[in-house]
Amino acid sequence: MRRPGLARALILERTWPLLLDALVGCAVLAAAYGMVATARYWLGTVTPAVEIARSPRALPAYAFYSVVRIAVAYVLSLVFAVAYGYAAAHSRRMESLMVAALDILQSIPVLSFLPGVMLAMVSLFPTRQLGVEFGSILLIFTGQVWNMAFSFYASLKAIPRELREAAVIYRFPRWQRFLDLELPYGAIGLVWNSMVSVAGGWFFLMACEMFVLGKRDFRLPGLGSYLQRAAGAGDTAAIFWGLGAMIGVIVLMDQLVWRPAIAWADKFKFEQVESAPPPRSPILHLLRNSRALAKLRQSTIAPLSERLGLYFSRRAAHIRAQAPPARWKRVLAGLAAAAVVAALAYAAFLTLASLKGIGREEMLGTLAGAGTTFLRVNAALLLAAAWTVPAGVAIGFHPRLARIAQPFVQIAASVPATALFPVVLLGLIRLGGGLGAGSVLLMLLGTQWYVLFNVIAGAMAIPSDLREVAGVFRFSRVDRWKIVILPGIFPYLITGLVTASGGAWNASIVAEYFHFKGRILSTLGLGAQISHATDSGNLDLLLLSTIVMAAMVVSVNRLVWRPLYRLSETRFRLES
Amino acid sequence: MSEVIIEARQIQKFYGPPDGARIQVIAPTDLGIYAGEILAVLGPSGSGKSTLLRILTGLSTPSAGEVLRHGQPIDGPCPDVSIVFQSFALFPWLTVLQNVEAPLKARGVRAIERTKRSLRILDTVGLDGFESAYPKELSGGMRQRVGFARALVVEPEVLFMDEPFSALDVLTAENLRGELLELWQNQRMPTRAVFLVTHNIEEAVLLADRIIVLGKNPAKIRTDFRLNLPRPRDRKEPGFVQTVDYIYRVLTQPDAAPALPAEPELEAATKRSGPAKYPMLPHARPGGIAGLLEILLDRNGRDDIYHLADELAFEIDDMLPTVEAAALLGFLTVAEGDAEITPEGRAFAEADILARKELFRKAALERVALLRQITRSLVAKFDRTLPAEFFQDLLEEHFSEEEAQRQLETAINWGRYAEIFDYDAGGKRFFIPEEVASSAPPTEAVSP
Repeated sequence: MRRPGLARALILERTWPLLLDALVGCAVLAAAYGMVATARYWLGTVTPAVEIARSPRALPAYAFYSVVRIAVAYVLSLVFAVAYGYAAAHSRRMESLMVAALDILQSIPVLSFLPGVMLAMVSLFPTRQLGVEFGSILLIFTGQVWNMAFSFYASLKAIPRELREAAVIYRFPRWQRFLDLELPYGAIGLVWNSMVSVAGGWFFLMACEMFVLGKRDFRLPGLGSYLQRAAGAGDTAAIFWGLGAMIGVIVLMDQLVWRPAIAWADKFKFEQVESAPPPRSPILHLLRNSRALAKLRQSTIAPLSERLGLYFSRRAAHIRAQAPPARWKRVLAGLAAAAVVAALAYAAFLTLASLKGIGREEMLGTLAGAGTTFLRVNAALLLAAAWTVPAGVAIGFHPRLARIAQPFVQIAASVPATALFPVVLLGLIRLGGGLGAGSVLLMLLGTQWYVLFNVIAGAMAIPSDLREVAGVFRFSRVDRWKIVILPGIFPYLITGLVTASGGAWNASIVAEYFHFKGRILSTLGLGAQISHATDSGNLDLLLLSTIVMAAMVVSVNRLVWRPLYRLSETRFRLES
Repeated sequence: MSEVIIEARQIQKFYGPPDGARIQVIAPTDLGIYAGEILAVLGPSGSGKSTLLRILTGLSTPSAGEVLRHGQPIDGPCPDVSIVFQSFALFPWLTVLQNVEAPLKARGVRAIERTKRSLRILDTVGLDGFESAYPKELSGGMRQRVGFARALVVEPEVLFMDEPFSALDVLTAENLRGELLELWQNQRMPTRAVFLVTHNIEEAVLLADRIIVLGKNPAKIRTDFRLNLPRPRDRKEPGFVQTVDYIYRVLTQPDAAPALPAEPELEAATKRSGPAKYPMLPHARPGGIAGLLEILLDRNGRDDIYHLADELAFEIDDMLPTVEAAALLGFLTVAEGDAEITPEGRAFAEADILARKELFRKAALERVALLRQITRSLVAKFDRTLPAEFFQDLLEEHFSEEEAQRQLETAINWGRYAEIFDYDAGGKRFFIPEEVASSAPPTEAVSP
């Protein structure tokens, strides 16, 4: 079973790859410059830090704050993702550029933007917490929006031709095409990607609720800061309370939000015949059959949408009667686009120019760090594959084992790795291990689940007749793995590893550098350098290391994962 | 002749540059849809029937020429037409009623009026009581009824149908055809003309007042005639049988224009024959060719292709490529709609597996230009291997990208069967394996 939308993490076919990438690169550099410049400019203001309590009684309030942050960020992402996907799918001129932008933005390490965003936001809203809150929301937003936008875009492009033609020939105005065709068709992909995105959101939230920038200490009341504080104080009881609350919140969200959403989205499945029994959710059942809600809908939404519908269809008929836009307007648009490109190029140039201040030593240090982190990421991936492949295949092949293991695995996977970091670190220090190897463990913690879930799905997708062939002809254990199992799970394994690789790079920022009980633990690595630059307020170095990390992620994707992905889509595809 | 509603003047469709190596999909064509007629367009698959429909409805713009509606050129989708799609194209997340109401909603019709009109039309097509069902709860035939209801609810001037029955099983399709005809004849259909695209000859003869047969590569009108058979039409009637035979002969003889039979008398239209083409490989499998020859052998080496297809429960459209392939290889000859096995064909059908491969190889290298070209190019190369792209590019000068791909796939299939060359799907390369290379016929023998 392949989750729709998840396997589309890489974009295989594009036009003008080099030029577009250069353009997107410029835009990213420009944005980075803008952020750093703003941060530098506002650096003078004071920010209050909230004292984080360690009592379990404070937990409900903290959990609430965290959930609100996630929810606001998610709503923002949803709106943005739909708008972006829609614009990209409908604008012939901007389409390839917007898709290329998605591809790169997906691979940028969000956490290294933390200081810039935070400082800018704090200065925008100097009154109490608002600025920091906005900063963390914006950061979570950038962490979860891209895959949703891409999923919606891909859904829009995949709408069957005859459905699109029906909408045209029956003269659907734009709003009706969107509500009756495009949004429903994209709904399933959006729901699945929302789940992934929100899980990612927890990861970032935990990291950005409490952090140090220069001499300043930013704290937000929330589950993440509670856990960090508990671990920092070595308070085991508080750690368990915090983790319990965390798991509770995630399980509740699953039951109250995601299950109903999945059950509801089932009606948007594009199939002509009912295939599997549809997913159920008691909450959805409740919502659907509530009289009060139905009445509310009848008296508010229904007439409103009717009114809007009439308005739009009449307006559409009106517009249709009018002439196409004049030529000078198109010329003007072209000029505006040229101006934007020129401005971007100039800003990118300024950014690169600001890197000149960085000494040779620091450059070399960055490269060494990049190499080390590269090795570490791959070690984490190897370790992840080493245990998840046998475990995943065992679970996938034995339904009874799957029934027992599934809930445990799901809960374990749902706890954001960043929440566990302080706890694991505490354990590591007590055992006397260093952060050099410890950070690999931390990365593993964050990324192994992607691989495990994909391997389970892959093992379940191997047709039983293939396994029977292996049985009938008495394949040896080695042959069984070489001929049946590994090729069978290959596409899934690759999908899992691609996601895990991106996650591991991002995790390196929090895994290689740590404030712990007033001390700083760190090891050589690009992530450590980013965190260190953040800490010491060395924004030039921060910029350089962020660019290097983004470049590494993008080039590894292009050079390693994309060819493998292509291979998995062609040679190792099971269905023909 | 009655009033023309939609008229196409010299419309063409092509891809690529306006001069030079462009790919012509539709040759310059004139065509009119008149009030009061059911016009059926017949043609083999890939002949551009659907493209023609999309140009006439304004969904697609012609590369040259223009489409007029009541004498006015259309710009964008044609108003007041509906399409019934092959795949039904219903919105699965809307109920039957919502699906039918959608086009009215788009036209700004108020809710009460909308529901009233939709219920009336649902009643007409026999879907009373199914308003709140979702499409996936219905059978295929019921779903296409929803498609008809949705198309008719806006009272279109012309109803376009793109192979509306071909996704249905035989009995359901027959039933639906009958009901459609009944609605049309009793004038309970709020539409002035019907344009039907189909590849089913009997369906066209059963329904149409006028039939157009398209040839392919590029699409052009092979024949255009009016059909005055009385209704209801009976498949066993001589007039019916003759018309079917006539159309069938037109379809099986791409280069000749058979005379119209005397009975359904009419004006023939165009008789064009295109310039010399790059020969096209019919998409058939060697196994299918062998099967066809064996069956022919059982019938004393000769049979009417149309009846053969009918008896084997094949769509004629699915069987034609196999017949063409066998003819191309010289295993049978086609004349007057009959296929006759040749001595080579007889030898092939009677041979065992290995001997068959030998015969196939000989025939293929002698008669199939593409296979010969591939072999010659491979032999000329010192390492006897070439990337697929090389041939793909060559073929794309003559075919669309998709067709070039299919040509290559068929060539690979044949080449592998005949053990002329092999293909590495991972590296996308053609190559001649060692042992074959040594036993392959010398280059001179291969050349024509």
